[in-house]
Amino acid sequence: MRRGHPAVRALPLVPALVLLLLFLAGPIAYCVWIAFTDLQLTGQAHSSFTGLANFRRAFQDDAFLNAVWLTLVFTVLSSLIGQNTLGLALAALMKRASKPVRTLTGGVVITAWVLPEVVAGFLLYAFFRREGTLNAVLDWLHLPRQNWLFTLPILAVSFANVWRGTAFSMLVYSAALDEIPAEITEAAEVDGAGGWRRLWHITLPMIRRSIGTNLMLNTLQTLSVFGLIWVMTRGGPGDRSQTLPLFMYEQAFQNSMIGYGTAVALLLLLVGSLFSVVYLRLLRTEV
Amino acid sequence: MPVRPTAALSALLTTALSVTALAACGSGSGHGPDTVKVSYKQSTDNSVKVADTYLAGVKEQFEREHPGKKVEFVPIKAPDAEYYTKLQQMLRSPRTAPDLVYEDTFLINSDITSGYLKPLDAYLAKWPDWKRFIGSAKAAAKGRDGKTYGVPDGTDTRGLWFDKRVFSKAGLPPDWRPRNWADVLSAARTIKRKVPGVVPLNVYTGKPAGERATMQGFEMLLYGTGDGSLDPLYDDTTGKWVVGSRGFKDALSFVETVYREKLGPDVSDALDPNFNTTVNGELLPQGKLGIALDGSWLPQTWQPGSGHPWPDWSRHLGLAAMPTQHGQAPGKVSMSGGWTWAIPAKAANPDLAFDFVKTLQTKDNARKWYIANSGIAVREDVAADPAYTGAQPGLRFFTGLVAHTHYRPAYPAYPKVSTAIQEAMEGVTTGDLSVAEAASGYDATVEDVTGGRVVRK
Repeated sequence: MRRGHPAVRALPLVPALVLLLLFLAGPIAYCVWIAFTDLQLTGQAHSSFTGLANFRRAFQDDAFLNAVWLTLVFTVLSSLIGQNTLGLALAALMKRASKPVRTLTGGVVITAWVLPEVVAGFLLYAFFRREGTLNAVLDWLHLPRQNWLFTLPILAVSFANVWRGTAFSMLVYSAALDEIPAEITEAAEVDGAGGWRRLWHITLPMIRRSIGTNLMLNTLQTLSVFGLIWVMTRGGPGDRSQTLPLFMYEQAFQNSMIGYGTAVALLLLLVGSLFSVVYLRLLRTEV
Repeated sequence: MPVRPTAALSALLTTALSVTALAACGSGSGHGPDTVKVSYKQSTDNSVKVADTYLAGVKEQFEREHPGKKVEFVPIKAPDAEYYTKLQQMLRSPRTAPDLVYEDTFLINSDITSGYLKPLDAYLAKWPDWKRFIGSAKAAAKGRDGKTYGVPDGTDTRGLWFDKRVFSKAGLPPDWRPRNWADVLSAARTIKRKVPGVVPLNVYTGKPAGERATMQGFEMLLYGTGDGSLDPLYDDTTGKWVVGSRGFKDALSFVETVYREKLGPDVSDALDPNFNTTVNGELLPQGKLGIALDGSWLPQTWQPGSGHPWPDWSRHLGLAAMPTQHGQAPGKVSMSGGWTWAIPAKAANPDLAFDFVKTLQTKDNARKWYIANSGIAVREDVAADPAYTGAQPGLRFFTGLVAHTHYRPAYPAYPKVSTAIQEAMEGVTTGDLSVAEAASGYDATVEDVTGGRVVRK
């Protein structure tokens, strides 16, 4: 086949590229622009360019700093520790379990994942509320009850996110564990390596790449969780479970400060990319 | 030459996307001069068709009376907060702006400032019915330029609902008429002492309750302080927000007393974002709440076909006006909101839109609407009509409060000021802040969110 000039060969891609720029990059660029203005949804006749004012405002805003802190707590608790570790544990246990147990566990975990965020939110709200299931169980065990959504809201919503999101990690890790050649594990066993040693020296290094991908996807997803927290606590009481997406929503749509809200969104994007860079560095595969 | 997959794909994508894009441009833009496009708030509950049914009837009448003209509805199905957002986005562009929109008085001033709406004075001057509308309701849709931007289609008022079953157990009179704040608190204390297991008094509080806490809770107290001649939140002459007022601290003290003495619901319940569902659906019907500071629309929840039908509520619940702080004139206080019909600045057919408003607001149609949605009349002729006052228990009582009602200073900064109020309330409710601390926190926040437009009183 005759090879055409590179420019000619790229020609068929041009329309797609134009559309991508128009529909994907366009709105993103517009968002970035808005973050540097004082645009409001309502209450203002004209908006103007304000430079870094929105970002300066954010870093002087206690509510913003509180939201950053809570977002970190929420992400570390629910994504890094909860979903990730629990997902790996489930995947490892299920590899050894009998088929019925495997099907049942998998089914339950995946159901939690398939449920719409809002429905899951209501279920867990019912679980944690004062007259909810958890307190009923505690009563039965003669343990002190409390209103979890009031006393430990960030912990309650983190648990909810673990409950809902673990299935994804489990699936990723199940696939990764299946990839490990049985001979290697057997060889290690023959050499006398115990369970923990095998995990540490064989399993984890071999699924390193999956850990990295999973952590990154998990974290990015967790950073943007909104519906779950909104339904359970609305970011309250006070602002004790107000993570960045809820803070953003409050600023942009309740206080109608679109410019400020968008600036916060950009900062959230920054937090997400920081996490990603850290994961990529930590888990870079050695060749 | 075989077509490479990428080329085929890109061609396909291009076609698909351009077709969608063109279609998007085609629809929505300009409609004929004979069609009036009307946007309204459709209930998020599919079983509630009150607005749809009512409007369909008016459409039929309008099209019959205006041959050749058509009404096209553009309903927006969303909860309040999202409705505002969607509407504001539609109003920004002439391609999406309808000819007539349903505007909450809560945000109308904000939208006026944005230049989204058209002044209606020229139309109103030629419309004899406008004289029938009561003054305070007219003022709710007035911009700071003195022009009117909306025709109100009803309002709401607020007062004290009390449970006669609880009152009889506590030895309190079934025709209870508190004269000042102290009377309200002492009734609550009596209930707490004599009827265990019942929440004596509910006052909505804190950020989770949102505007409900500000309006049904705090402002019902605040507007009953002072002599009632000046707005305690906003100073109209200077156009500045009031900070550091005695009344503000007194209102906060009332909230603090309710929760410190455990006269209100458990704090963790009060700060549950869904608590109002519990109040309307469980506490009141089951006789577990003594006194509720709440709105005129409550019976909506108890109508047959709703989640909690309670047809004989009026046998068990009594109504009393919320008194002023010391019983000073006029003795009672109420807050009002409500909705208006407004014409967008970018509407294509404003004249026809106003003709539709006139049909919506004939005396008969107005009455039909108030009764259908448990609204409170803002037309004097309807308010005096026995067919309206007799339609539902409580309507006469709540309509009587219109004379003593206040509208919020719904200027652009109001939603932020309201959030600051909720934060102050929440501080004293949990006991994290003293009244003085919460009040000075409010002052600082208001100064910040209004860009320093504050005045000390």
